[in-house]
Amino acid sequence: MIPGPFDYHRPDSVADAIKLLAELGDEARPLAGGHSLIPMMKLRLATPDHLVDLAGIGALKGIVRDGDRIVIGAMITQHELLASETIASAVPILRETALLIADPQVRYRGTIGGNVANGDPGNDMPALMLTLGAEYTLEGPSGSRTVAASEFYQGAYFTAIEPGEILTSVSIPVLPAGHGYAYEKLKRKIGDYATAAAAVVLTMAGGKVATCSIGLTNLAETALLADDAAAAVIGTTLDDASLKKAAEAARAIMSPAGDGRGPPEYRKHVGGIMVERALKRAAAVAR
Amino acid sequence: MNDMSLTREEREAKLEGMGCKRKRVEDIRFTQGKGNYVDDVKLPGMLHGDFVRSPHAHARVKSINSEKALKVPGVLAVITAETLKTVNLAWMPTLAGDVQMVLADGKVLFQNQEVAFVVATDRYAADDGVAAVEVEYEPLPVLVDPFKALDPDAPLLREDIKDKKDGAHGPRKHHNHIFEWTVGDRELTDAAFNKADVTIKEMISYHRTHPSPLETCQCVCSFDKVKSELTIWGTFQAPHVIRTVVSLIAKLPEQKIHVIAPDIGGGFGNKVGAYPGYICAAVASIVTGKPVKWVEDRIENLTATSFARDYHMTTEIAATKEGKVTGLRVHVLADHGAFDACADPSKWPAGFFNIVTGSYDFPVAYLAVDGIYTNKAPGGVAYRCSFRVTEAAYCIERAMDILAQKLDMDPAELRLKNFVKPEQFPYHSALGWEYDSGDYHTAMRKAMESVKYAELRQEQAAKREAFKRGETREIMGIGVSFFTEIVGAGPSKNCDILGIAMFDSCEIRLHPTGAGIARMGTKSQGQGHETTWAQIIATEIGIPADNIMVEEGNTDTAPYGLGTYGSRSTPVAGAAIAMAARKIKAKAQMIAAYKLEVHEDDLEWDIDGFRVKGLPEKFLGMKDISWIAYNSPPPGMEPGLEAVSYYDPPNMTYPFGAYICVMDIDVDTGVYKVRRFYALDDCGTRINPMIIEGQVHGGLTEAFAIAMGQEIHYDETGNVTTGSFMDFFVPTAVETPKWETDYTVTPSPHHPIGAKGVGESPNVGGVPCFSNAVNDAFSFLGSTHIQMPHDYWRNWKAARELGAVG
Ligand SMILES: Cc1cc2nc3c(=O)[nH]c(=O)nc-3n(C[C@H](O)[C@H](O)[C@H](O)COP(=O)(O)OP(=O)(O)OC[C@H]3O[C@@H](n4cnc5c(N)ncnc54)[C@H](O)[C@@H]3O)c2cc1C
Repeated sequence: MIPGPFDYHRPDSVADAIKLLAELGDEARPLAGGHSLIPMMKLRLATPDHLVDLAGIGALKGIVRDGDRIVIGAMITQHELLASETIASAVPILRETALLIADPQVRYRGTIGGNVANGDPGNDMPALMLTLGAEYTLEGPSGSRTVAASEFYQGAYFTAIEPGEILTSVSIPVLPAGHGYAYEKLKRKIGDYATAAAAVVLTMAGGKVATCSIGLTNLAETALLADDAAAAVIGTTLDDASLKKAAEAARAIMSPAGDGRGPPEYRKHVGGIMVERALKRAAAVAR
Repeated sequence: MNDMSLTREEREAKLEGMGCKRKRVEDIRFTQGKGNYVDDVKLPGMLHGDFVRSPHAHARVKSINSEKALKVPGVLAVITAETLKTVNLAWMPTLAGDVQMVLADGKVLFQNQEVAFVVATDRYAADDGVAAVEVEYEPLPVLVDPFKALDPDAPLLREDIKDKKDGAHGPRKHHNHIFEWTVGDRELTDAAFNKADVTIKEMISYHRTHPSPLETCQCVCSFDKVKSELTIWGTFQAPHVIRTVVSLIAKLPEQKIHVIAPDIGGGFGNKVGAYPGYICAAVASIVTGKPVKWVEDRIENLTATSFARDYHMTTEIAATKEGKVTGLRVHVLADHGAFDACADPSKWPAGFFNIVTGSYDFPVAYLAVDGIYTNKAPGGVAYRCSFRVTEAAYCIERAMDILAQKLDMDPAELRLKNFVKPEQFPYHSALGWEYDSGDYHTAMRKAMESVKYAELRQEQAAKREAFKRGETREIMGIGVSFFTEIVGAGPSKNCDILGIAMFDSCEIRLHPTGAGIARMGTKSQGQGHETTWAQIIATEIGIPADNIMVEEGNTDTAPYGLGTYGSRSTPVAGAAIAMAARKIKAKAQMIAAYKLEVHEDDLEWDIDGFRVKGLPEKFLGMKDISWIAYNSPPPGMEPGLEAVSYYDPPNMTYPFGAYICVMDIDVDTGVYKVRRFYALDDCGTRINPMIIEGQVHGGLTEAFAIAMGQEIHYDETGNVTTGSFMDFFVPTAVETPKWETDYTVTPSPHHPIGAKGVGESPNVGGVPCFSNAVNDAFSFLGSTHIQMPHDYWRNWKAARELGAVG
């Protein structure tokens, strides 16, 4: 539980951080809230020689509305998401999800950038970002680029980030007024990652589902977008049969590992139930 | 003279004696972060040690190469079994009569076993050194399943004793067998079963778990070469025993060993035993001449220092068709891990498991326990319970429910029908105990009335119908448990640890101004002794509790005692405190008689001093008596006012209680909600009701954790899969149910103040209550017994196996 030796750097601009990462090479890692990285270092599963702390970079802070998008700086903490009026009114599901991450101590330090960049299928934000159609801005030695969340996740802890790149912001399209949303998360206790979780954003028209997207957390190597499940409920009143169909379609793409949270068949089973419950609750709040 | 302006009630209240909800005095420092724990001990030049541990559960150690480690800046030494052999310490005796490797000697027998000890100038360097030690292993076949341990072709684990036909507790029947322990009359029991109307049989497992105190095990050892003295600060529940054991093992004269247990952040049995870390730190200090600190991390604590439970209990009850029990037969397969390092009184290889007849009047019973070795960590400590009592309570309480189900009787009714009756006390159980006192019927009935038991059963019946009609996916369980504990080890006639009788002690020294200091052989780890011990003294001798300082844990100053575990502090040391106080009171009475110029017999005790019978104005208070005792004692009397008492209890004490739990389970997810938990405890005389309530809350929270998910789980290769708080379930305030507490009072007839002990009752009674609630919820679907722990996925699995989930 004691990390190996490392050097600590604290640049104050994105440009300096990128320069440092380029100079220090493979053995350098960006440090955000440290709530995923430092536990890995304590177990010596991660042994970076250099940590480049992003905490001193003012440009990575801030939540702004930019036309029809909400842009969130990578170093915004989960606590800051909860405190933001902009988030509460424009993307309430983000607030709901952030509240389900561990406890206040974790949320004071854990950042949205770290959460989405980490590539851990157990993190809650990736599936939500897929559901919301978010985009990430990455900056590196060869400039800046934008990657859709749906293109970002390649495997457990493998993402589209190139060595030397920093994820600087997350951009989310503003959701239509009257949309319904829900994040249903089953966990063993406060501080545990999801046994299974589902994010749902939908719109209703004339009592029927008009649009819908569904994301799944911790049910495969990466967060998943459950397109078939979403398609299964479009045009329905979310009657029991459609709900069951959606759950089954979602289960079809799940491939969870077995662990202390339960064997794969259990996690798939409850994964489907999370989908059903999230759909029902989302429809109930839609206008 | 005492302050006559005060009423009797005010004088009484001023004492804050027994029965007072006195606030915990130790919390003043704890809540300000000003406690002084082992890790707060920082000595000049202090070094740090850490272990290289085995990744394998069973392997031969081919080689250990320390070359690279010794080149790590700050690393001073790497100690291995070879080093320890030079001082004859590669192995150490266990409390259970076995021997245990201090560092891997040729092989490793469980994952995370200690292989080498790296000593460095700071903790970081020590861990860098650990990472640099190269160990070559040759994996061996792993034995995890206790039911396979005695197979003829089971792997041989303990090569060191492979030819030993006899262990510390009699013959061994297999190379992985440790002992067989039998109690009771086998023939009579078999006969009872042969003529029984009804019998039940079930293999009831109590899974392996861990006490996991907030503060892990740790020590600082400092050897003074000039004086040849060893000082050990450690997280010890029994500091004096540690001193004696160190003296015997290290061959150091006992007066040259100073053991200090400072504030302890929870023990729950985890801190009774002796661990390799203590030996290695001591040896490292002797070798380097510098103080050496060893602090376990969470993973090490969960995977290497003492686990609890792992009892697999095949249980049979014989009964009449009216539901009167006529016989009990239990066979236990006890998984002790790689070494038998149970912390039981030496003559009791399965602790007091023979309390397994519980609160019921079994005319005959027979018990056999087989202890076996597996490739798991050693231990088997009493995790917030007296020795193996929680296993016994779980066994009988689950079995009674199974019998009730078979008889189609209400489980509470079945219990009421079979309880030992008040007039049967002192009651001799079929397995050899003498229960000192009890009134089970009153407690059970009070519990049932308090929760409106009959209404709950009606609601449950309605819910079951609704479930069958498909109107709800929730099932409701009502858990009932009624436990009898056996605590306060113990009478020297049957209790000792390595030959040391299990008495306890107290020394009280009053100062001239009517204040004082009291020291005991016990050691609080959070139980609040500094508060409650002073309350006993306050009531006994009329000195306000606030004026009594309580000190424990320093073997140089405290009288010899056997420490705190097994709810023994109040039954044993609590008695010693009262007895020491009474000695002081007796001397005080002589002084008062002299000063008031009457015969001693003409005095009566009145709250905080002596009064001449019939002459209320002639009074001498304890504060004045203290002054007189030092400065103008009666002619011929020694000055001073102090006393020591060593108490060898005549019997154990037998606290009991009735617990009821109401739980709802969603069959689709297995998610449960504890709707209600009611706990009635009878611990005899209640010293501090607030501390009792706190103890009950804490113990119930642990019981909840154990029953509902907490386990030390090994996969088939001997990997611990629950080695951190991510997977080892410790509930937060959010998961923890709300507790309703209640009580009855049946004082112990043989204890000087009638107190019985309470700290462990809630763990003992709570686990079966939760488990019975889950089992009760599922029973209408056709199950008789579902093994713990009852976490979400296992509840879902049960529901699915019973056909309730598609
Ligand atoms: C007890 C506990 C419980 C938790 N429970 C949950 C939970 O239920 N759900 C959940 O979602 N999370 C949970 N977390 C994780 C928490 O939310 C983390 O904070 C988050 O996953 C990572 O964010 P961080 O800011 O701490 O990142 P860090 O740990 O600092 O970094 C994580 C990884 O991302 C990289 N990184 C960080 N920021 C950037 C960036 N801007 N650009 C490029 N790479 C970057 C780092 O190099 C590192 O590899 C829990 C954490 C703890 C300690």
